[in-house]
Amino acid sequence: MTSAIATEFEPVIGLEVHAQLLTTSKIFCGCPTAFGAVPNDQTCPVCLGLPGSLPVLNRDAIEFGIRLILALGGRVNSPNIFARKNYFYPDLPKGYQISQYDRPLGEDGAVEFEFDGERRRVRLIRIHLEEDAGKSFHPETADQDPDTLVDLNRCGVPLLEIVSHPDIRDPREAAAYMQQLRRNVEYLGICTGNMEEGALRCDANVSVRPKGSSEFGTRTEVKNMNSFRSVERAIVCEIERQIGLLESGDEVIQQTLLWNESRQTVEPMRSKEESSDYRYFPEPDLLPIAVAPDWLNDVSEQTPELSLERAARFVREFGVPEYDASVLTDQKGIADLFEDVAREVSDAKLVSNWIMTEVLRVVTDRHPSVETLPVQPPALIQLLGMVRSARISGKIAKDVFEIMLQSGEAPEDIVAKKGLEQISDDNKLTELVDDVLNANPKEVTDYRGGNTKVLGFFMGKLMKASQGRGNPKRLNEILRERLGPPGGEQKPE
Amino acid sequence: MADHPTTGDIPTLRAQRESGAQTARAVVDRYLERLQARRDLNSYVLVAEDDARTAAEDVDAGNRPGPLAGVPLAIKDNILVEGQPCTCGSRMLDGWVAPYDATAVARLRAAGAVFLGKTNCDEFGMGSSNENSYFGPAKNPIDPSRVTGGSSGGSAAAVADGQAMAAIGSDTGGSIRLPASYCGVIGLKPTYGAVSRWGLVAFASSLDQIGVLARTVDDARSVFHVIRGHDPRDATSRTDPPIHEETRPRRIGLLREYLEEGLDPDIRAAVLKVADALKEQGHDIVDASLPSARYALQTYYIICCAEASSNLARYDGVKYGYRTGNAAELIDMFEQTRDQGFGDEVKRRILLGSYVLSAGYFDQYYGTAQRMRQAIISDYTRAFVEVDCLLTPTAPNCAFPIGEKLDDPLTMYLVDVYTTSVNLAGLPGLSFPCGAIGGLPIGAQLIGRPMEEDLLLDLAGQVYESVRPTITLASE
Repeated sequence: MTSAIATEFEPVIGLEVHAQLLTTSKIFCGCPTAFGAVPNDQTCPVCLGLPGSLPVLNRDAIEFGIRLILALGGRVNSPNIFARKNYFYPDLPKGYQISQYDRPLGEDGAVEFEFDGERRRVRLIRIHLEEDAGKSFHPETADQDPDTLVDLNRCGVPLLEIVSHPDIRDPREAAAYMQQLRRNVEYLGICTGNMEEGALRCDANVSVRPKGSSEFGTRTEVKNMNSFRSVERAIVCEIERQIGLLESGDEVIQQTLLWNESRQTVEPMRSKEESSDYRYFPEPDLLPIAVAPDWLNDVSEQTPELSLERAARFVREFGVPEYDASVLTDQKGIADLFEDVAREVSDAKLVSNWIMTEVLRVVTDRHPSVETLPVQPPALIQLLGMVRSARISGKIAKDVFEIMLQSGEAPEDIVAKKGLEQISDDNKLTELVDDVLNANPKEVTDYRGGNTKVLGFFMGKLMKASQGRGNPKRLNEILRERLGPPGGEQKPE
Repeated sequence: MADHPTTGDIPTLRAQRESGAQTARAVVDRYLERLQARRDLNSYVLVAEDDARTAAEDVDAGNRPGPLAGVPLAIKDNILVEGQPCTCGSRMLDGWVAPYDATAVARLRAAGAVFLGKTNCDEFGMGSSNENSYFGPAKNPIDPSRVTGGSSGGSAAAVADGQAMAAIGSDTGGSIRLPASYCGVIGLKPTYGAVSRWGLVAFASSLDQIGVLARTVDDARSVFHVIRGHDPRDATSRTDPPIHEETRPRRIGLLREYLEEGLDPDIRAAVLKVADALKEQGHDIVDASLPSARYALQTYYIICCAEASSNLARYDGVKYGYRTGNAAELIDMFEQTRDQGFGDEVKRRILLGSYVLSAGYFDQYYGTAQRMRQAIISDYTRAFVEVDCLLTPTAPNCAFPIGEKLDDPLTMYLVDVYTTSVNLAGLPGLSFPCGAIGGLPIGAQLIGRPMEEDLLLDLAGQVYESVRPTITLASE
């Protein structure tokens, strides 16, 4: 960010987030919602918008929406009303999108999250349901099909639109808000939260104003950010653009801009693609949706613990540091794994360290999510149990973990089969030490001459000789014992 | 109607089939022959000869038993029959073949009915004369120089002319009752939600309803009983059961507002004659009033155009039907396709509808219309506290010459003056012939409480024989 932002202007940011709901079927028909099917395979007369077809509301979509509204402290409208948003586009088969306008499913509530060590609260205006549109594929290179191709599989996938107040003042805070919303929808089981796959999408309303001013500047809308990082970058870019305009005496005009990821710039949308009047009116094919108090109570009772509460509980119950708790609760699957393992292995910090380093390393690098990891809680409990009882060393445990990932074998079996158990027998260890000392008389002389640094050299040799299995604590003790006190000015221990 | 061989009704057909005097195939052949001989009337836009014969043979083989086994029916061409083209009387759906049956069609099929073909209609149901069809006007079988009424003109004409035993149509503001009135047949527009709209191509979703055209009250009832009932595919489909009570004296309200102010005296006399006949059957005739009725037509046109402008947005040339051949880019393709694919009346209503929904005008037009709609519903609710049903004329006139009102849309809209309020309130309405002027039939309309179609049919049945005019079809 340029220093101008910090000194003269204050950005004002509101976010419109679309979350693709994890219902098994679409919002207005029975077609599946699974990602990645053959184009136009998951369609029927309803989601194709064929003449004579009619929408019928999927109750799960409403329920998923209610889950989020209640979890964020919002108010559920009963009745809430679907409306048509009219515009022409090839991937919008009916020529209108069924959405909500005047009486959305929910209003108010807030997203709370940690930002720069502080608790922040961004208020929400509304949360409403709508259907997704299809996807257009435009030719990008000369050798591709010159036609634009349309895939309507995504048509009718339920979306929840979450509209915030312009409470955000920092692009990093916008990204943090998105991350928290991602955690919330994931914890509630209503959305994968995957921005790269488009399951979570963000449009930002951005304006700037002189610091201290209470009026809002002219805002623009920035679209097409498909990662948490690009949300932040696109907003930074737009703030700089607006400040540049204002500083050179120009005006910001209200418009829609697209974030260009490869060029890292915001670019105005073609004006023809910008529809100014959607001619909203109540959807006559669907009756107003009544939400009975019993339904609200049921959903409310089933609301799970969300990430912030869970992090606080991890600190309280397992005594892990706050930093660990926030890392562990970032993904629900990781938090579940930690909790399952820490309950059995009575050293929460060991478990926490292991998950934060070893597990998260492979989850991030090789497996998209903890759910696809071939290592389940019982195996990890077994492995860390062996570390805790000193049957294997921490270093060997990492090797065993790697084998578990490859083969899915139980850690006990791997350790037994490969003979990886730690050697703690003093006779064997003494034998090892003597062998190493006999083979390296020069270093023994050095040590006795006062050079204690060669201890590291001997330990390396010992670990190598024991194939990493020697109990390092005992080896160290026996080594010092056999070497006797170092000479020179070094005092004996 | 005694001068051609296709005048039978459903009970006669059933008796003849069961006694072995007739086969379904022979009946269907006679109807196909009749409709081919009467092609000049332009009642059908598609004749499904092979499908109809096969279906009839299936009935004869005993494979399709049911209350309508072998009954030859016509289907308005805005209702989907799987495997058959569906044009809605428009160039826009050129070449499109319906991939599924409308629920009403599926139920008729399951009841053993035989579909002869798809009948002519105003484009997407928008019109009162059937002159707004891409395939040319349907002609009135009583006087082919006159209109059939619309928009279900082909269905009404086919039934009146013996080209079908009965037909289904759709009624958004009078589109079944008006042509029934002009062609001298019975037309039932059921309660909104009584018959599923699944497979009915939408014109104005909050008003559209599939209904029946028939030559006898009993036939109308038989067909209606097959197509009615809840359908989970239509969220506006009603779940409450139809109301049917024993025959007893009823209070019937003569709707003051619809019998005053310049109504043709012959039409008024014909409706009063119906009132007298009902009185003779032991019913009370009382005065009734619907103060907001005079706003019904304006309210109707705002709402139906608003909904139509959105419902017809899907016809953009991208997915099916007509697409212009000479567009350079996307927006151009949308514009040219819609300009070339839609007729004038459809364009007029899309423009009106887009206007009344646009920012800044929404509340003034659409908002006001919704409030008026509520007022009309309240008026009806109030009236039905005092009376069991209402009696009105169906239309202010009889079938008029083709071309007479084509250049004057506002005058054309006025023919719906007595029918639109019924759609706005979602009520059942039944039109039946009750007289004639110069050989042209007059229609009487009974309006009932929601789900009380059977009462309307019973009342019409009690007086129909005594009030029906003698109608002579134009010679073949």
